[in-house]
Amino acid sequence: MSSSGEQEKPSQEVMLTFYRRLYPFKSIFHWLNHEHAPTRLFTQREFAFTLQGDVYLRYNSFSNVDELKNQVCHLNPTRFEIGPVYSARPKDKKTMRPGAFQPILRELVFDIDMTDYDSIRTCCSGADICRKCWGFIAAAVRVLDSGLRNEFGYQKLLWVYSGRRGIHLWISDKEAMELTDQQRKALVGWLTVIQGGKESGRILNISRNNGKLPPPIQDALDFLRLGFVDLILRTQECFKSEEGYEELLKAIPDSNLAKTLRSKWESKPGRSSEDKWSDCFKDMSAHKTLRTALEDIILQYTYPRLDAEVSKHRNHLLKAPFCVHPATGRVCVPLDLEMIENFDPKAVPTVFQLLAELDAIQKTEDQDMELHSDWEKTSLKPYINIMDKHASDLMQEVRKEKLRTGELAFCLENIFSLNPLGRHILVIYLPDLNLFMDPVIDLASRCVFLL
Amino acid sequence: MFKSSTTFGQVKNHAAFPSPLNFYDIPPTSEVSIEEFETSALDRLRVLAEIESSAARNRPWDEIKEVTTKQCKKYLPLSPSQVDTSNSDANVKSEMELRRRDHLSHFVLRLAFCRSEDLRRRFLQAESTLFRVRYDMALKPERDAFLTSRDFNWIPVEDDEVKKFAGQLEAAYGPAPDSTTRKYVKVKWTRVPDLVEKRKVFLKAGWAYVPGGELSSIIFQEFEDHLGKALEMTARLLPRLDEDTRLLPILNNLSQGFLAGISSEWATASGSATGSEIKAEMVNDLARKHFPLCMRTLHESLQRDNHLKHFGRLQYGLFLKVLGLSIEEAIAFWRKSFSRITDDKFNKEYKYNIRHSYGLEGKRANYPAKSCVQLLAPGPSDYGCPYRNYAPENLQTALLSSYSHLGLRASDLPEIMATVKAGHYHVACTRVFEITHASCGVTKGEGTGGGESVTHPNQYAARSMELHKPKDDMVID
Repeated sequence: MSSSGEQEKPSQEVMLTFYRRLYPFKSIFHWLNHEHAPTRLFTQREFAFTLQGDVYLRYNSFSNVDELKNQVCHLNPTRFEIGPVYSARPKDKKTMRPGAFQPILRELVFDIDMTDYDSIRTCCSGADICRKCWGFIAAAVRVLDSGLRNEFGYQKLLWVYSGRRGIHLWISDKEAMELTDQQRKALVGWLTVIQGGKESGRILNISRNNGKLPPPIQDALDFLRLGFVDLILRTQECFKSEEGYEELLKAIPDSNLAKTLRSKWESKPGRSSEDKWSDCFKDMSAHKTLRTALEDIILQYTYPRLDAEVSKHRNHLLKAPFCVHPATGRVCVPLDLEMIENFDPKAVPTVFQLLAELDAIQKTEDQDMELHSDWEKTSLKPYINIMDKHASDLMQEVRKEKLRTGELAFCLENIFSLNPLGRHILVIYLPDLNLFMDPVIDLASRCVFLL
Repeated sequence: MFKSSTTFGQVKNHAAFPSPLNFYDIPPTSEVSIEEFETSALDRLRVLAEIESSAARNRPWDEIKEVTTKQCKKYLPLSPSQVDTSNSDANVKSEMELRRRDHLSHFVLRLAFCRSEDLRRRFLQAESTLFRVRYDMALKPERDAFLTSRDFNWIPVEDDEVKKFAGQLEAAYGPAPDSTTRKYVKVKWTRVPDLVEKRKVFLKAGWAYVPGGELSSIIFQEFEDHLGKALEMTARLLPRLDEDTRLLPILNNLSQGFLAGISSEWATASGSATGSEIKAEMVNDLARKHFPLCMRTLHESLQRDNHLKHFGRLQYGLFLKVLGLSIEEAIAFWRKSFSRITDDKFNKEYKYNIRHSYGLEGKRANYPAKSCVQLLAPGPSDYGCPYRNYAPENLQTALLSSYSHLGLRASDLPEIMATVKAGHYHVACTRVFEITHASCGVTKGEGTGGGESVTHPNQYAARSMELHKPKDDMVID
């Protein structure tokens, strides 16, 4: 079905070893929980397992990370998904009144899937992906990332390669977690430019105001214009085939011009997409409408195509990072935005490769090492570091917030047990605390003294 | 008694009502008579029910506005000038009195509709629409008074910030009307999801910059959020109120009415609705031409089996009474229909009941005919609303066999079945009315006149007969 050679599906033993020795449960826990001690962000979170033979177990929840790990190792799922934080523990769902069990918090998630680009990509189709078509994803990621940061003010974005042909985005800002379904739908509406799903990518959902694009679209266009020549014209050669250039001609409002171009291109079948594109541009000054038409083409070919349903509802499940894609054996790894253009999906470690790396280590070292830090020695390490860095940003944020709102007891606990930077923070924030924390001030000043 | 929701919002001026627009922050604290408690709520319910059925029928906004304004004038006027003087019992009240009544009725319905998720959602939707209509219709000074009466928690954008984003603001909202610089306020984008969804607002770092002209969007959203939260809070506190035995039945009754989607005046109507006398032998013909499906079904099973069970008799008998069948004609009609039993048995077992329903025996009460609300309520009767009780296939067959001679075609069924599936039984019935009376010039959305929905079988039949009247006369001529 696929072009790559190693299409061996991971066996149960392989998966079990992966979960036991490599899967970074702790990192996932920190990322979901935002704190060291389990909060409802973790304990009331839904986990759904897909077992061998397509058995699907929903509404699992765990009171701490060890429970999660034990259950995963016990069930040995082919993959598992993360859902929302509910108003109660999902495993108690059956004991609840029907209306009382509601999703309350959820990362804002996005899913971009290569299949939505099938009508325009020329290199592969279906489940395949190569570096050439990754260009679409990279452009989409850049546009989405800057839009969500600049317009919506979100900062805690985690991009995760989905293991085969797509990419997921998880936004963990507090405001983003709290969005209602209605607000999520609105946000998706704001970001949706290409309507009508897979087939009819031609209807653009933009209205120009006096010929001007709305600011967010204009920004996106300015960026996409830069990569358009390289991606669409040179790499993908989208207008090389007759089918391809007909799409382009359809967009040209002036039918005479379209006719001239068609006969010109029919006579020279070898003419490259880039040349064809510049053919359109020759008359540009004459037609103002032509320019907007060509702008539309750029957007149509490179603007992010979202799977909107994933983002609209809080209770939509999404595959957890670091799961193994059951068909390819590749791990769903977090990505650094800086390396997005150079990312090669084929270079992502597979579960087989990782286990082979483990074997190699074991031969050279003694075997009585702690099991859970095994990933330190494999090529999974840089990806886990990305996740850990992201999670520690989130935890830092919560710590600041707690200090600000004066949950001193919590802070002290953190300072002494876990946080080497805590001393610094405490000193900075102490004057603030003085204002409203009279009863605990004694305790606080003693702590400072101790430190 | 309204302690339940005092925790919400703060309004500086709660003694009076500075504007006809009201956010209902503070519950009423004055004494209220039980009667006013109920009647004001019923009036408001009529308006909300009409809004709901308008929404179910996918009316365009302008039409919703028109229908709602009409209903408001009739039942829920806000200023003396709006009071429809032709409406008998509405003695002209002062503006403040009307606003107080509006305020009171809102809070009564809150109590009635906070009980279930479904009721809350529907109430919220209807109330928001009502608020939007009123905001749309309000005059500028009224709006201004409203805007200053309450803190909406928005931040005015400083001039230099406007300058900083001038280009983007202009791209988003078009060039500012000459000479005046536009004023903007900023709010978190989550407060204007409708503007965001249509990309009609300028966003920067999570803040939405909303121009002065678009404030309504913030206000509507705020109204919904606010009422949604208040309803949930009321629901949580309601058990304490449930001890009051005087209010509970009223509240239950109100929410029942809303569940059926209607509240009807026809329940109290009696006597001849059409003026002309109806003879026993006319009933069969009338049933074919003018009866709603529920009564058609009863009539047909009576003709087929020569019998009807007690509740069916009661229901159909009262319907015929209100339609204008006199007691003599009624006895004749039933005697003829029950053709398989002896005179003796009829006189002994059935005549009494017929006379009883006409108020001539026993308690001598003039019983009203059953309204749609009553027919929709789950009860012992096999003869409720067919739109609700029938299985979809049976309903389709029944509709076609009953109404195809009046112009109902199989192609109309999907639309009707869709409304039935959504639980809007009276809307389905109204739609059938519209289709079967298209030949009289009834168009889609007009309902039984002026956009009203069917709320009572007698309303259906009376309106139908009224529509056919000139034509029938001509035939006689």
